[in-house]
Amino acid sequence: MLRVVYLVPLLPLAGFVTLLFAGRKLGNPRAGWLATLTVTASFVVTVVVFTGLFRLPANARSYTQTWFTWINAGHLHVTMGLLVDPLSMTMAAFVTGVSALIHLYSIGYMEHDEDFPKFFVYLNLFVAAMLLLVLADNFLLLFLGWEGVGVCSYFLIGFWFERDTASSAAKKAMIFNRIGDAAFLVALFLIYERTGSLDYHTVFANLASVGEPSLVAIGILLFAGAVGKSAQIPLYPWLADAMEGPTPVSALIHAATMVTAGAYLMCRINPILYRAPDAAHVVAIVGAATALLGATIACAQNDIKKILAYSTISQLGFMFLAAGIGAYDAAIFLMLTHAFYKALLFLGAGSVIHAMNDDQDVKTMGALARRMPITAVTFFIGWLSIGGVPVFSGFWSKGDVLLNGYAFSPALWAVGALTAVLTAYYLGRAYLLVFRGEQRWVEARKTGDAAARHPHDPKWVMSLPLVVLGALSALGGLINLPIHPDFDFLDRWLSPVFASRLFQHHFGLGGLWTFALVDAALALLGVGLAVAVWGSVSERPAFEPVFLQRAWYIDWAYDRFIARPSTAVAVETSSVVEAEAIDGAVNGFAWLVRATGRHVRKLQTGYVRNYALGLSAGIVLILAYVLTRAS
Amino acid sequence: MSISASWYLTLAAVLFTIGAIGLLIRRNVLVMFMCVELMLNAANLTFVTFARRLNDIAGQTAVFFVLVVAAAEVVVGLGIIVSIYRRRPGATADDIHGMKG
Amino acid sequence: MTQVLAATIPDAITFVIAAAICVLGALGVVLARNPVHSALMLVMTLFGVAVLFVEEDAQFLAAVQVIVYAGAIVVLFLFVIMLLGVDQKEAIERDPLPAQRPVAIVVGILGLVEVLLLARGHWPTGARSVSGVIGSPAANVGLIGRSIFTTYLLAFEVTSALLVVAVVGAVVLARRPRHALGESAAATGAVVMPDDDPAAADGTEPDHAAAGTVENVSAGGERENGEPADSEVTAP
Repeated sequence: MLRVVYLVPLLPLAGFVTLLFAGRKLGNPRAGWLATLTVTASFVVTVVVFTGLFRLPANARSYTQTWFTWINAGHLHVTMGLLVDPLSMTMAAFVTGVSALIHLYSIGYMEHDEDFPKFFVYLNLFVAAMLLLVLADNFLLLFLGWEGVGVCSYFLIGFWFERDTASSAAKKAMIFNRIGDAAFLVALFLIYERTGSLDYHTVFANLASVGEPSLVAIGILLFAGAVGKSAQIPLYPWLADAMEGPTPVSALIHAATMVTAGAYLMCRINPILYRAPDAAHVVAIVGAATALLGATIACAQNDIKKILAYSTISQLGFMFLAAGIGAYDAAIFLMLTHAFYKALLFLGAGSVIHAMNDDQDVKTMGALARRMPITAVTFFIGWLSIGGVPVFSGFWSKGDVLLNGYAFSPALWAVGALTAVLTAYYLGRAYLLVFRGEQRWVEARKTGDAAARHPHDPKWVMSLPLVVLGALSALGGLINLPIHPDFDFLDRWLSPVFASRLFQHHFGLGGLWTFALVDAALALLGVGLAVAVWGSVSERPAFEPVFLQRAWYIDWAYDRFIARPSTAVAVETSSVVEAEAIDGAVNGFAWLVRATGRHVRKLQTGYVRNYALGLSAGIVLILAYVLTRAS
Repeated sequence: MSISASWYLTLAAVLFTIGAIGLLIRRNVLVMFMCVELMLNAANLTFVTFARRLNDIAGQTAVFFVLVVAAAEVVVGLGIIVSIYRRRPGATADDIHGMKG
Repeated sequence: MTQVLAATIPDAITFVIAAAICVLGALGVVLARNPVHSALMLVMTLFGVAVLFVEEDAQFLAAVQVIVYAGAIVVLFLFVIMLLGVDQKEAIERDPLPAQRPVAIVVGILGLVEVLLLARGHWPTGARSVSGVIGSPAANVGLIGRSIFTTYLLAFEVTSALLVVAVVGAVVLARRPRHALGESAAATGAVVMPDDDPAAADGTEPDHAAAGTVENVSAGGERENGEPADSEVTAP
């Protein structure tokens, strides 16, 4: 049963190829249904493989399927192969599941777009690349998937490339990603040099012979790659701009799947991080800092998608915090529940944006709950989940992270706790401004102008995913309840992957209950703040300071101190160095050849006697040489 | 006094040089051809000298063949010169300089 | 190099005189203004070389030299000189090509010096050939004959083929082109047809050109009739 795992990435890839050639012929909406079908089929296969893996005994849950040898050069031997183990199957399961729901949603969302088939071409390719990433059994294949999702991110952010903002946002995402990828590559070189291989099994088996400084270097370089992909400090500004893409893209790529690849990588290299605690500490600290930074910025944003984008940055910070302290299962748990509720929130935001004639400013919305009940209820569930209100999924997953955080370092816990409060607060602000309060938009019936809106719940293709994700967000926490050792299914499922490297806290039942209560209190504090501040009023300048709206001016600083000087250097180089030095050298060389020719040409007099003289002179020279050698 | 082979060889070298210089200096095509004959004779003299020194008849055989080939060469060369002269009477070696760069 | 080849005084005197004849003849070839004079000086050189051949026990070759070289080849030269009318004096004082003369002389002398220097070394000559030992004068012809018809038979056959080719080539080269193009005599303009020219009695050169007359040689039509036949060259 495990052998069919090759279908998991291959089905979306087949969908990509089919839609590439026949997408336009299939048209709207059949292309979308085909794409959704391939991803759903992939999800079904994933469940089958998952079951097959589950049937194996706990200590034997690892299966490798090698397709073929990819590189065989000297000592470097890389195969294309898939690794089926609890971690990769967990990732594959929620990637395919959430992707299938978002594909379904996109059929409705992109209905009026003239490039409808192209959208699904890219989406399917993305899913295939992401699955390659999580199922790979070696670092190079993971990197292939890594690059693949980066490329698809570029395509999809710039889907409406006629818009300048969209195409430059796509470029920005690519550039920031690339910086991380450069570090990733150096890490790959280092891994190969130190261990002689790139596949997980061999590398992790040989770690004992690698010195700690090298391991710290590898860990930090791989984390730098993750920083680029998962939008942590300092490579995060691209994620906010990436909201230029269509909302399903934001939901799928920039919330549920691609950006989680970095956290997945950290969990996958847990043997390395275990042996390089310095690197792990860096991961944790950067993650915590990013969590707080993202949360603060989200408090003052007016674009609904930007609120969610900074929220994603913040939640990813939590995941890295968990991975950095060694609580890998908590990181994966948070990743899973985050996929559910963040996708839910984005898809809900998409419905709202559709209803508001593509306006994304929360300040021009309000009182939509009556008009869009399904959207409002699911968004509400999403808010409570991300806020960490019991008993929604976020409560359990974020609680797991905070629990381990406190056991590791109370300082980190404090940062996390503050972030948790802010999370509940800013998302509450978003919900209240959009769905509650006064109606700040013009009803379509009353006036006939273009700014008038006619909000309503979307069709079933868009509402069904919302409902499903809502259910998952609400109930997803049940897979890993800490209250009893029999209920932490996810932890036990993932434990073979992490083994003894997992961080162990030593809180008894009493400690667990205390933390539960504290988490609940923090969540309710945030909720209460939101209601108090934004329940009825829509303008509160004191709570939306400019520096937060401008994201602490960090992006401005990047532009001012890095982008502009680089552009100036480029202009200078092209006009001076290129035009004068390089072109001058090349043209000068040509001039030299021509000038030499002009002079050497004079040797060709045309007279045979001159040529005979040249011949004789040559003979004399050769004889002279022979003379010198002979004597 | 005794005449050794080196005298003959010196003489042959001198003849060859005179022939070479003549080839380079004269413009009349037929005189140039005659200088070539001079050079061939110098070579013949060298061959015969070495045949004598090494006590081997092969040197003289070589001269025999050189003689035959020189004759054939003169025949064909003069035929060419005649053809050239038909088109351009009074042509010299300097009249063909079309390949001037 | 120090093998004694002529131990007697008469031999030495013969050598000196023959050598002088050779060198003077060579200088005459190069320096004479009139090509006919050059040809005659060449004959002088050839006789000198023939004497040296006799001196070196190559009697057959001496005879062949006189008969073939001096008797046929130089005569051929003279025929062509006379027929083509190139017996005018060549302006030898001035060389139109700049620096050709001095450089040629320098190069020539340098070459001579180098060859003489090189000749002093001991050059390994490899294994001795066994074509035949030079013996008494009477056996010289026989020795050469034996060498040609046994050891160097292939070369002999090839040179005979070469001779045939040379004759055919000369005939083709010297033929009047109007036979090749198949045109009548009238079509090519003013043509001279001295078929009964006494010069045609010469077996190797069926040359129909009358002395000094120019005829049109190609369908393209060409040449001026009044061009002076002396070899005054145009400046480069």
